[in-house]
Amino acid sequence: MNTAYDQLVNDLAPKKFGWRGNAWMIFLMVIIIAGVYSYIQQLRQGLSVTGMRDYALWGIYISNFVFFVAVSLVGSLITAILRLSNVHWNTPLTRIAEIVAVAAIIMAGLTIIIDMGRPDRMLNLFAHGRLQSPIIWDVIVISTYLVISLMLLYYPLLPDFSILSNYFQKNTRLSKWYGRLSLNWTGTDKQRRIYSSSIQALSILIIPVAFAIHTVTAWLFETTYRPGWDSTNFGPYFIAGAFVAGTSAVIIVMFVLCRVYSLEKYITDEHCDMMGKILVLLCLVYLYFNLNEYMMPTYKSTEEEAVHLRSLFTGQYARLFWTAIIGGLVVPVIVLVFPQGRKPVPLFIVSLAVVLGAWWKRYIIVIPTLSHPFLPIQGVPESWRHYSPTWMEWSITFATLASALLIITLLVRFLPIIPIHETAEERNIVESPLTNSL
Amino acid sequence: MEKEKDREQKSRRSFVGQGLKTGLLMAAGGALLAKVFGKPENPKQEETIELMSMDGSLMKVPASAIEHSHETKSNYNPREGFPNRKFVMVVDLAKCRNARKCQSSCNKNHYITGENAWIKIYKMQDTEKSAPYWQPTLCQHCDEPACVKVCPVDATFKRRDGIVLIDNNRCIGCRFCMAACPYSVRVFNWSDPWQGDKAEQTDYTPDYAGVPSQKGTVDKCDFCPHMIDKGELPHCVSACPNDVFSFGDLYEDTVTNGSGQSFKLSKLLKDRAGYRLMENLGTQPSVYYLPPADRVVDFEEGLKNYTEFKSVDKPEGI
Repeated sequence: MNTAYDQLVNDLAPKKFGWRGNAWMIFLMVIIIAGVYSYIQQLRQGLSVTGMRDYALWGIYISNFVFFVAVSLVGSLITAILRLSNVHWNTPLTRIAEIVAVAAIIMAGLTIIIDMGRPDRMLNLFAHGRLQSPIIWDVIVISTYLVISLMLLYYPLLPDFSILSNYFQKNTRLSKWYGRLSLNWTGTDKQRRIYSSSIQALSILIIPVAFAIHTVTAWLFETTYRPGWDSTNFGPYFIAGAFVAGTSAVIIVMFVLCRVYSLEKYITDEHCDMMGKILVLLCLVYLYFNLNEYMMPTYKSTEEEAVHLRSLFTGQYARLFWTAIIGGLVVPVIVLVFPQGRKPVPLFIVSLAVVLGAWWKRYIIVIPTLSHPFLPIQGVPESWRHYSPTWMEWSITFATLASALLIITLLVRFLPIIPIHETAEERNIVESPLTNSL
Repeated sequence: MEKEKDREQKSRRSFVGQGLKTGLLMAAGGALLAKVFGKPENPKQEETIELMSMDGSLMKVPASAIEHSHETKSNYNPREGFPNRKFVMVVDLAKCRNARKCQSSCNKNHYITGENAWIKIYKMQDTEKSAPYWQPTLCQHCDEPACVKVCPVDATFKRRDGIVLIDNNRCIGCRFCMAACPYSVRVFNWSDPWQGDKAEQTDYTPDYAGVPSQKGTVDKCDFCPHMIDKGELPHCVSACPNDVFSFGDLYEDTVTNGSGQSFKLSKLLKDRAGYRLMENLGTQPSVYYLPPADRVVDFEEGLKNYTEFKSVDKPEGI
């Protein structure tokens, strides 16, 4: 028993990076530094360094923001929804999902600041905030979601921090930090009671807030009159899409961590199989919402909508649109319905396609609408009729994506990727009295 | 001399009466005033001026108490607007031949240095079979402004006199108002506007948009409250050689064109089948259009001025 427990802690305790980990960190840092440089240029010269202009007034910053919000939603799915439905197979994935959610929501908040023309006046949002504006709703729900996600990441970590504090006894500084973070967790009955009831409460709380962040993000577009955004379907459509994007993001992180840290004992083929099944279901739900979103306006084909839809189906955005729909949704569904397709490697590849498709899908949602205003585009340089992101914009966007990955990487470095305490309890591995007494 | 003075006063009185009754006591022609009343005929006796107040009663006030509104602004609150006014504009499409004088005057007086003018003359054709026409389009100053609704920081606001303005000192540059506006009238300062000393050294106030403009904030047509305050018409109205624009007050039911002719607004809209842009959206614009029926100008005439890719002329060498 004792050895099984030690083995478990040894397997799951955070480890120092090898050369691969360090190289990865350096790679991310280089991208981030390049992005920071571009952002400084943007601050100096204005948003003119981007490809955005008066007609294409939002660009990849906003679509990237929507992508981050979408990915962050998964924390609530994997942790809260499955936790509340008393499912246990997902225990090894909960922390990964929470880490991904926290990283994504932090970057969503930062990305929206990058898009602002006057980030120096950000505090006006609080000093002069108007509750009538969907942007204020977004500020409120995103910050609320960030706080709840952080708590939902932190609370289940308390027993693990205590375990790690014992495990790293040789490294006094690390041990002390883990000890402090564990908030004197000793595992008494009272502590356990508070622990499980607060996690239960957070799990319930996070679901409406998670729905709110993405519904409000959908409303940012839906509150305008523009064809392509003027839809009553947008809230649920965005949420369905968010679950797809987030789940595949978790699958990717799960696969990579499983390989890098050789966690095959904990993250098994069965987990991949289950996640694959969930992804199929979510993709089908999302396809259903897509059908609603595009079929009905096409059927009616009002003047303005028709122009917009034509540009998506057969016009300049057709290639992107169909690649995102077919490559990012239809093909993944076809692959994943077969058990062979849900094996780790094919699942990983399919998830990459889904995430990529999800990113470009947001581009398709945000950008084409803006090039079809109600009045004709006249009196502005021809280049203003089309939007293509500049390299500056790309480098800043890549930096935000790299930052999200950096946050994930750093959290993985210092937190047990797989909850030790929960795994031990589920596997009935009892802590040795020696360690328990400390 | 006495007679002459009397006549002077009378004409001044009628000018004030005709001019926009701002409700604040307004004197006109400061320089002229000084010339007439400044003469030391009888220095002991204080000069008085007769003025008409908002409710139409005449009153005498000492000349020294009069501020010269042509030089200094009356100190009304730019966020509240002029009391008891509701400004409207009528655009007569039958008269527009794309002379673009409204645009160049607006560009010049608001020191527009970007690529996108605040007033644009669209080449429009509603259906395949209907005749094309020119449609000058500026901010519609909606009574249910979609832009104001979505602004997160109350930077763009609606005044009681119907004018929608932007406080460029508060705007955070999120561009949500631009996405919300169905008329595409809002313009963003993507980079530093470089407007030259005159604009840049002026003290900023929201009721004179563009003086100066600020990087990273939104600009648009302001309906020229700075001109209204002086008792004058907006730049585009007075610059138009064809009297396309008429500007006035909904409560007075009167609009006046650049030549000084006044019309009864309700009759004009009824007789000429006036309409507003995208009325179905419920934005309630303050700008009315008269359809291009019984045209007095040729559409083709405007084609020589038509610049599909340009709305702001830049001085050579910049």
